[in-house]
Amino acid sequence: MKKLSLLLAALLLTLALTGCSSAKESITVYNWEDYICPEALDLFTEETGIEVKYVRFTTNEEMYIKLSRGGSSYDVAFPSDYMIERMIANDMLMELDHSALSNFTQNAQWLQDPDYDRGSRYSAPYMWGTVGILYNTKMVEGGSIDSWGAMWDTQYQRNVLMMDSVRDSLGVTLCYLGYDLNTRELSELEAARDKLVEQRESGVLLAYGVDEIKDKMANNEAAMGLVWSGDAITSIDINPDLAYCVPQEGSNIWVDGMVIPKTAKNYEGALKFINFMMRPDIAAMNSEYIGYSTPNQGALELLDDELVDDPTFNPSQDVIDRCTFFHDVADVIDMYDRIWVEVTAN
Amino acid sequence: MNRKIWATPFIVWMVIFTLAPIVLVLIYSLTDASGAFTLDNFAAFLDPIYINVLLRSIGMALLCTLICLLIAYPAAYFLSQKDIDKKGVLILLFIIPMWMNFLLRTYAWLTLLESNGLITSAVNRVLSLFGVQQEVRLLYNYGAVLMGMVYNYLPFMMLPLYTVLSKMDRSVIEAAEDLGANRAHVFTRVVFPLSLPGVASGITMVFMPAVTTFVISRLLGGAQFKLFGDLIEQQFLFTGNWNFGSAMSLVMMVLLLVSMGIMNRFGDKEGGGVL
Repeated sequence: MKKLSLLLAALLLTLALTGCSSAKESITVYNWEDYICPEALDLFTEETGIEVKYVRFTTNEEMYIKLSRGGSSYDVAFPSDYMIERMIANDMLMELDHSALSNFTQNAQWLQDPDYDRGSRYSAPYMWGTVGILYNTKMVEGGSIDSWGAMWDTQYQRNVLMMDSVRDSLGVTLCYLGYDLNTRELSELEAARDKLVEQRESGVLLAYGVDEIKDKMANNEAAMGLVWSGDAITSIDINPDLAYCVPQEGSNIWVDGMVIPKTAKNYEGALKFINFMMRPDIAAMNSEYIGYSTPNQGALELLDDELVDDPTFNPSQDVIDRCTFFHDVADVIDMYDRIWVEVTAN
Repeated sequence: MNRKIWATPFIVWMVIFTLAPIVLVLIYSLTDASGAFTLDNFAAFLDPIYINVLLRSIGMALLCTLICLLIAYPAAYFLSQKDIDKKGVLILLFIIPMWMNFLLRTYAWLTLLESNGLITSAVNRVLSLFGVQQEVRLLYNYGAVLMGMVYNYLPFMMLPLYTVLSKMDRSVIEAAEDLGANRAHVFTRVVFPLSLPGVASGITMVFMPAVTTFVISRLLGGAQFKLFGDLIEQQFLFTGNWNFGSAMSLVMMVLLLVSMGIMNRFGDKEGGGVL
């Protein structure tokens, strides 16, 4: 009997406790793996009293599938440009109430009206960057690179790392060939395919990778690799022989934004969170922690001059001008899929 | 009647986590994006490019299974002998790798096999001692993928073989010896036939995961040697064509079912094996 009452008391206590925490306001945030400064989340809870449930994803497609198949509700998600475009097209996002986003004007001018979301009606920028070549200055001829052509140069046998990512690897090949990296022309995609097959068959390619590219480059395992600018900064930190360039033929520029899905349960809380992330001190904190470029001009003033002057972290306007956003190609995705299978399946 | 109740948790588990998903895969594979019945997904699969990848996956898995068998059989036979010292430790050494996550172990190989890695630089140093100046590369080729597969699946071959061999009735072997069989004869006529159920279940347990593998080929092969599992993953995660992905998965399942059927013919004879 004593035991039973003890058990009952314990049960009641648990109920009371869980009841207590569910009464507290909370939001669920769905972000990339390793893409925020944990301290920023604590500060948000401290200042607003809103608890943050933090969930992670590793690819845009994974996030999209989770959100579109329903089942779980997220208040804030962090998709990239082309995925924001697809989600807008599929009516999956709520419009942002800009009157609640006092910090929005901190963003760089060119990101306040991006072509994937005109007028930023549905998204606010979080981080941005470029795609380019991370190379080892001691292993490339002349010590520097400024063209995609280097990735096809046969003197670099088994020394080039490409991304195991359809859009990125095909995209830069299209740039190299002078085509639009959002092409819907089969003939242009086939030309890019042939170029990638040539890269394999001439023995230049070492491997396709994703996360391991930055480690391999840091360990001097290859002369060059295709990377995102943020990863380049991480690798250069470890290995000072490395350098990064955005080739003259142009490249991809990308933005990860913050959006509120239609399935969100706490719209007000989500807006508060987005606004908080755009506060200069918080944006600076995140940018410093994860090493990606912040669109926040106020944050740039708070960051180290050394970092802000680094062209990898903060590219000049002419680099930005020669780069293009990805756009959604969902309607011709079968074509891209097929081309990629033909590149990698032989 | 009453005893059936004990199987209820298992049956519920099976229905929710095995049967229902298989039915879903079947439905997806027979419909198009709008949900209408179609056989196009299977027709699309008949493209040589996919068949080639399937054949390559099967080839790699068969090779992996054969190598595992050739390594594991003598080892299991040796361990099953009664008079081995520290037998427990040796068996433990076979099992210990399984205590660590398989992804972590594969990542470790990624570092060990890179050009400046421990193994590759050691091999190159030894080769240069013998006057071979050509540097060998151990990572990002078929060999690396095969090595990763053998390394990961060897215990699955080892354990059933060891179980069957160590449980074998010694008196049968003694009888054969008394009747004048030499050691080779004892092995080919008595030990090996009696161990067939273990061989069969070992082959099934290695072949099945080997033929569906995709992480090993991506990491150690540098994603240049797509296996069937990679193609299925691409359909689900990049292309978002669950219908075609399901059709490919179904083809794979049928294939495994057939191979299991063949293996069962061996395994059932003595009532052993896992299936």
